[in-house]
Amino acid sequence: MTDRFMLNRRQLLKTSAAGAALGLASASFPISRAFAAAATVGFIYVGPKDDYGYNQAHAEGAASLKGVEGISVVEEENVPETVDVQKTIESMINLDGASLIFPTSFGYFDPHMLAMCAKFPDVQFRHCGGMWNKDKHPMNAGSYFGYIGMGQYLNGVVAGHTSKSKKLGFVAAKPIPQVLLNINSFLLGARSVDPTITCQVIFTGEWSLAVKEAEATNALVDQGADVITCHVDSPKVVVETAAGRGAFVCGYHANQSPLAPEKYLTGAEWNWAKVYKMFVDDLIAGTPLPNFTRGGLADGFVKMSPLGPAVGEAARKQFDATLAEMMKGGFSVIKGPLKSNKGAVVATEGQAFAETAIELESMDYLVEGVVGSTA
Amino acid sequence: MDATEIGLWGVPLAILGGAIRVSTPFIFVSLGEAITERSGRINLGLEGTLVFGAMTAYAVAVMTDSPWLGLLAAAAAGLCFGLFHGWICKFPKVNDIAIGIALMLFGSGLAFFFGKPFIKPKAPNLPAIPFGAWSDIPQVQAALDVNVLFLIGAALSLVLWWAFRNTRAGLIVRVVGDSSDAARAMGLNPNTVRLVATGVGGALAGIGGAYLSLYYPGSWTERISSGQGLMAVALVIFARWNPLGCFAAALLFGGAGALGPALQSVGVTQGYYLFYAAPYILTLIIMIATSSPTRSLAGAPGELSITK
Repeated sequence: MTDRFMLNRRQLLKTSAAGAALGLASASFPISRAFAAAATVGFIYVGPKDDYGYNQAHAEGAASLKGVEGISVVEEENVPETVDVQKTIESMINLDGASLIFPTSFGYFDPHMLAMCAKFPDVQFRHCGGMWNKDKHPMNAGSYFGYIGMGQYLNGVVAGHTSKSKKLGFVAAKPIPQVLLNINSFLLGARSVDPTITCQVIFTGEWSLAVKEAEATNALVDQGADVITCHVDSPKVVVETAAGRGAFVCGYHANQSPLAPEKYLTGAEWNWAKVYKMFVDDLIAGTPLPNFTRGGLADGFVKMSPLGPAVGEAARKQFDATLAEMMKGGFSVIKGPLKSNKGAVVATEGQAFAETAIELESMDYLVEGVVGSTA
Repeated sequence: MDATEIGLWGVPLAILGGAIRVSTPFIFVSLGEAITERSGRINLGLEGTLVFGAMTAYAVAVMTDSPWLGLLAAAAAGLCFGLFHGWICKFPKVNDIAIGIALMLFGSGLAFFFGKPFIKPKAPNLPAIPFGAWSDIPQVQAALDVNVLFLIGAALSLVLWWAFRNTRAGLIVRVVGDSSDAARAMGLNPNTVRLVATGVGGALAGIGGAYLSLYYPGSWTERISSGQGLMAVALVIFARWNPLGCFAAALLFGGAGALGPALQSVGVTQGYYLFYAAPYILTLIIMIATSSPTRSLAGAPGELSITK
């Protein structure tokens, strides 16, 4: 509370100084500029910010803002998806004066971030994931996400060409829509090469469990999977374990090729620097921030790791062709006729869901060819 | 093609491999805790020691390019943590459990602080002995790649079991743990014995941490332990303070932990959260089955603050 008072007093002093210099009529202009110049942006990560994965991708985006004039960045890592995140948000607002907050982990949204939105109506919150809905959620909240499933489709294309056993492996954290879309995209990418390929999925149940991820990777390789990818917070353990067992790997979140230079095929990476710059530009310009932000490969939200040395000529060709197709926009991974692995029809003949289709954000099935279950 | 298809055999193989791979940190931490508790103190801080040991081992291995020096450094760091706990607890009215919790948080926090620059670089791993070389099935070879630390842990549990019964040092630790008064009457200083026992326990926990970061999963991240140190402390009670029991319990936990991923990999995909709970359900069942309404915990040292 003392800090708040100090801030007010400082603003008061600024106002009166500006008023004295420029006259009362123009006093409001310097105030708003002074406010914008002092804007603080807060980032909250669920894990360490150099995890070769999800949090590192966000932290790299945050780091790119540090050169932007008038913006200061505050960060906190290792914040659990509990009431702890509410405390972090409160301290970022009350102590650091943050006016825009990015709680980057999926589980922060409901109820923690929503509670804070109600408590601090003047602060803007943007959550990474797909959950904001204008009928249900406040206007100072919002969500942003990238169509990274496209990247997993490209991973699948390369994996499909590289696999000899025609069995792929996927180490996944939790069966939420974003993860399911990635698993499905990976398999469908591989099936665009050879429709007999299958993909075995293992859910670990948590975003970051090093030993269990290693066990899951070993179990997949034991069952004959020879290309492994994952959707966990830190792919480091999966990449190293798979490469150690002689399997190829496709990366996720960030570029993991330094961990397994020979076995790394390619990877689907985030490019959050672009997204955060966009939000901050709006903040500086004083225009309202968008509540619903999405983008894919063509928008620069997502990028691919450079192809590794093990990628063959045919794979390279199809990868480039598919990528070029995606860059045009409107590419559909989920298109009919397509069944789920329980036999239900998820897309009829002629039906196609482009990357922008909102239906994909409530995905609750695994497609035919994926061995695994959502519950 | 057929050589790589092992189907349902993958499950017992994964449990065997998992028991060998995952159990080693449990073995070292629980043996260390068994020594400490036998002397009459509880050191709950071993989770912090484990994490700090993992960080120290990785950092030293990166800097010197030798995993063995890393292992040694982890043991030394663990020794320091243990001695610190033992030293504070000798003062009157100090609660060993509270100090343990403080040291657990302190150890993890310190490890995160010093460990930041070592998340990115890659350290050399501890060697494994390929006991599966006789088989031409790659899965069997992988499951039987046994790390030397596992073998040392197995031997150590046998030695400790024998030493507690048959050596002077073992008897000293036990008498101090069972009755301070009796120990004093014998001319022993309980505080010194407990200081040494807690120090040795910490050193073993540090070695357990080195296994995590230098062999399996084999990298340093802040989430490396996910509570294994705490579970290992609980295993000691489960094992009734018996070193051989600690070894068996660690194997059981390691194998049961591998069950969930292995079942999913052969297509048993329903209810995996339940399979992940297997180690804990197993613990509950054994605890209930071996409990008795007529006597207190068998084998519990009399001086422990939880049994007093």
